[in-house]
Amino acid sequence: MTEIPEHLLKRAQAAREKAAADEGASDAPAAAAAASADEPAADPRIPAHLLERSKARKAQADSAGGGGVAVQEKVASVVAAAPAGGGVPVGAGPGGHTQRLLTVVKSGSIQDVKASPVDKVHTWPHLLAAEFVAALACISFTFFFSIFVNAPLLQQANINKTPNPSKAPWYFLGLQELLTMFHPMIAGVTIPGVGLIVLILAPYIDKNPSNKPEDRKFATSLMTVHLMFWAVLVIIGSFFRGPGFNFTLPWRDGIFFEL
Amino acid sequence: MAKILDDTPKPTAKERLNKTLDGVQGSQAWSSIFRPGSIFRKGYTDSPRNRSYVIMNSVLYHLHPVKVKRHAVKVSYTLCLGGLSFFLFILLTVTGIFLMFFYRPTDVQAWNDISNLQTSVTFGLLVRNMHRWGAHLMVLSVFLHMARVFYHGAYKPPREFNWVIGVVLLMLTLLLSFTGYLLPWDQLALWAVTVGTNMMGYSPVIGTQVRFVLLGGKEIGGDTLLRWYVLHVLMLPFVIVIFMAIHFWRVRKDGGISGPL
Repeated sequence: MTEIPEHLLKRAQAAREKAAADEGASDAPAAAAAASADEPAADPRIPAHLLERSKARKAQADSAGGGGVAVQEKVASVVAAAPAGGGVPVGAGPGGHTQRLLTVVKSGSIQDVKASPVDKVHTWPHLLAAEFVAALACISFTFFFSIFVNAPLLQQANINKTPNPSKAPWYFLGLQELLTMFHPMIAGVTIPGVGLIVLILAPYIDKNPSNKPEDRKFATSLMTVHLMFWAVLVIIGSFFRGPGFNFTLPWRDGIFFEL
Repeated sequence: MAKILDDTPKPTAKERLNKTLDGVQGSQAWSSIFRPGSIFRKGYTDSPRNRSYVIMNSVLYHLHPVKVKRHAVKVSYTLCLGGLSFFLFILLTVTGIFLMFFYRPTDVQAWNDISNLQTSVTFGLLVRNMHRWGAHLMVLSVFLHMARVFYHGAYKPPREFNWVIGVVLLMLTLLLSFTGYLLPWDQLALWAVTVGTNMMGYSPVIGTQVRFVLLGGKEIGGDTLLRWYVLHVLMLPFVIVIFMAIHFWRVRKDGGISGPL
């Protein structure tokens, strides 16, 4: 059974004595207070059936020897003893209760408790080591490739001598290839422009929230077709176009391509 | 006369040495390198605390959090493509600075400078090769990075904005590569850029003006070379670094890389 802190008991005692002292000063309020303490049923705010139930429970608890008495009831019984001395503690509620339930805060209603902790590892060494190896592999590939393959340096630029064929850098060869098929306005502006805008807006167009491949067959196939479209055009423009940007076969006429 | 002379004995060499040592060890630089808890003072032992310090006490903290999701370190998920693009950018900056020492962006000198760089500068040819192949590799890796992100659906909320930044970075990478293409000032450079800028000239309404601004005239010439040089070594790198900073910041802000699938 929970013990009532000593200071609370002392405070109750002091309040009781104060009430007793006040009783001598004025008769009528003290009598009213005593009456209300003696007979809580007089309080009109509490329904009669609840008071009946409370009384029955109290009687039951008393007969049980106080084994299962809750704290409030103990306080109440202490406070209820006050009317014998004549008076109620300051601020006591109906039935002499000195505490009441204001609200119930359910767990998770104010602060979100993370239900599942994320499985994490230290960046060092797990991520940094992998990054270091990747960077090392990358720089050594570039280094050794550069030892064996030289960057092209043709004749000095000459405005009056147009090489045949003239090709754009490889990543623009898809566009140059399109120029052979469509009007420049369509091939050079409309198609790449629309493609770029759709690419930028992809997250705002694709509203499917899933990132599972099986849920996004349409998106992935569309992207694959798009990538293949450019890849095929770049390959044709790079290797299958010869003098006059005419179609050639690289194994027959050679490659007209510089990186 | 003797009164104003300093009576204290001249410090011996050993005293001077000790004083210098004390000065060094009491300095701010010393105590910040050998601060309490520093691995220079007590060595590195593998403990969770020290693993955290490696990130927390270094500039890497700008890039990486102390801990990352376990699946995020799987190489097969990212193929390191984003990180390699950034690494190639650094490699290109370093090799590019080397090349700048030997290059003058005028139509008379540019080609000769490159030619001299290849034949008479130590490691000149090698560094030029690395710059060129690294640039092609970077275009490729940025492009593959974009494809990887798309196929993983990593552009979906909350990462929509970072995808937009990423597309801008792809465009900037292409522009950097394209502006660098002209600088050797050989036949390949001149005519590739002629073809490329002719395409831009087809833009509706502003096509002619855009072409004029880019070429610094009606035709490609010395002015174009200077213009593209400044774009290539100063303006575009400046812009791309800003966008990269936003890109990397957003990766962390959006909770690390996406996934697992």
